[in-house]
Amino acid sequence: MSEVGWIDAALTSARPHALAALLRYFRDLDTAEEAFQEACLRALKTWPLNGPPRDPTAWLIFVGRNSALDEVRRQKHHDPLPAEHMISSLEDTEGALVERLDNSHYRDDVLRLLFICCHPELPATQQIALALRIVSGLSVKEIARAFLVGESAMEQRITRAKRRVATADVPFDAPGAVERAQRLGTVAAMIYLLFNEGYSASGGEAHIRLPLCEEAIRLARILLRLYIGEPEIMGLTALLLLQHARAPARLDADDAIVLLDDQDRSLWNRDLIAEGLALVSKALRLGKPGPYQVQAAIAAVHARAGRAEDTNWAEIERLYAALEGLQPSPVVTLNRAVAVSKVRGPAAALEMIGPLEEWLDGYFNFFGVKGALLTQLGRAAEARIAFDRAIALANTPAEAAHIRLHLDRLLKDSTAATKAPA
Amino acid sequence: MLYTVLCYNSEDEVAAWSKEKDDAVLGKLAVVGKQLKDEGKLRFSARLMYTTAAVTLRPGRNPLPIVDGPFAETKEQLLGFYILECETLEEAIEAGRQLAGPRESGALEIRPMRSVHEGSGL
Repeated sequence: MSEVGWIDAALTSARPHALAALLRYFRDLDTAEEAFQEACLRALKTWPLNGPPRDPTAWLIFVGRNSALDEVRRQKHHDPLPAEHMISSLEDTEGALVERLDNSHYRDDVLRLLFICCHPELPATQQIALALRIVSGLSVKEIARAFLVGESAMEQRITRAKRRVATADVPFDAPGAVERAQRLGTVAAMIYLLFNEGYSASGGEAHIRLPLCEEAIRLARILLRLYIGEPEIMGLTALLLLQHARAPARLDADDAIVLLDDQDRSLWNRDLIAEGLALVSKALRLGKPGPYQVQAAIAAVHARAGRAEDTNWAEIERLYAALEGLQPSPVVTLNRAVAVSKVRGPAAALEMIGPLEEWLDGYFNFFGVKGALLTQLGRAAEARIAFDRAIALANTPAEAAHIRLHLDRLLKDSTAATKAPA
Repeated sequence: MLYTVLCYNSEDEVAAWSKEKDDAVLGKLAVVGKQLKDEGKLRFSARLMYTTAAVTLRPGRNPLPIVDGPFAETKEQLLGFYILECETLEEAIEAGRQLAGPRESGALEIRPMRSVHEGSGL
């Protein structure tokens, strides 16, 4: 493995903490980013010669802060920059720094950095793009590719979003307990959105974009390391891990969607499932259930079933009912109805989703589920109407193709029925 | 003599590895592990989940405190371990050297086992 390999990983992993600390120091995002950038350049020069510093994050903060201050001085007096050897041996100063900078010192800084990306006036996709740029440090090109838009369009979007958050008034004092909880909730929601953007792409050709899912998991893990006893952050991380574990089985060789029931479970990632299950058990024993924990518990029931027919649907229905209580929404009820159809049959489920249509008449999944339930009840004509509606609402070609499969099956069955001898 | 090789690294850093890099490092370690196994030295090895999956019990008080996370917040975390059977410390260090090969950062602590309890499986 090349030297650049470990330096890259060290810089990537240090970025959220170092940038967050620099932001607190300079109170300005651009200055903090430039300082971090400069520190990275120096790391690439000096680390291969001197070996990795004992605490890369503290090193980057220290060097970044000094280089930005140098820059200010240089602009004032045109002083020359300090020679490399002056910053290449930082052991003593670093030692003092390390004493003070354990994880708890970064906690509120990293949360603040994530939180400012979640400015309420920014649309969700811009919040995500901004977090990927600022916190994850992805290049505009990488983000543009992930969102399947042009580079210059994404550049503009990010610049505009940055300008918007620059004027946001997020105080630098340590937040109180209530405020901290609110920030955590907002940031968790953004990370979940980021994951979903990758898990079920909202547009374009690709149905799954793995890098977005992986980055969401990395951010969730960072957040959990900082808030290690927060049950909802455990739940969020577990949820993402358990969902992501199924990624290798969710599309077939032709990129067509494979439903949970039909997936080859031997393709599921066992390591991710084991970690997800461990986090779910840890979270639930704290006795403070929340929406992410319950959703993770639902994913855990699926993960535990060796075969689709082993799934404990009664448990899933019970969990969806709990989720409805915590976070009532038509989409949750729709999902509960799917579980109901497995436990009590399609008629009960259809009755349950009837009242949802007024809320979900623009929702692809609603008509997919409705069509499937009508098909099971043998009401082919009505099923076709529902599937046609689903195709019209499909977000990706894979979704549309999946519904077309249902339609083909309906068509075949009805031809078979007409041909059958009376 | 049984030796434990405790593998430490920054889990934030390891979590930032690309899948390709993670696979590459583990692949190389598997080769070393197989070799040590063939030489009759490797008795057991495991990679641990991240410390976020840990709970820590603190005996001495009632009720027993159960805290989420590892026992201490450190720069580098215990991420895995090997149990080796070696004649001498030199031999254990040589094995450690091989296990260090595919790694680029972190630390390997070689700790001789004090006693192995009967029936514990080793």
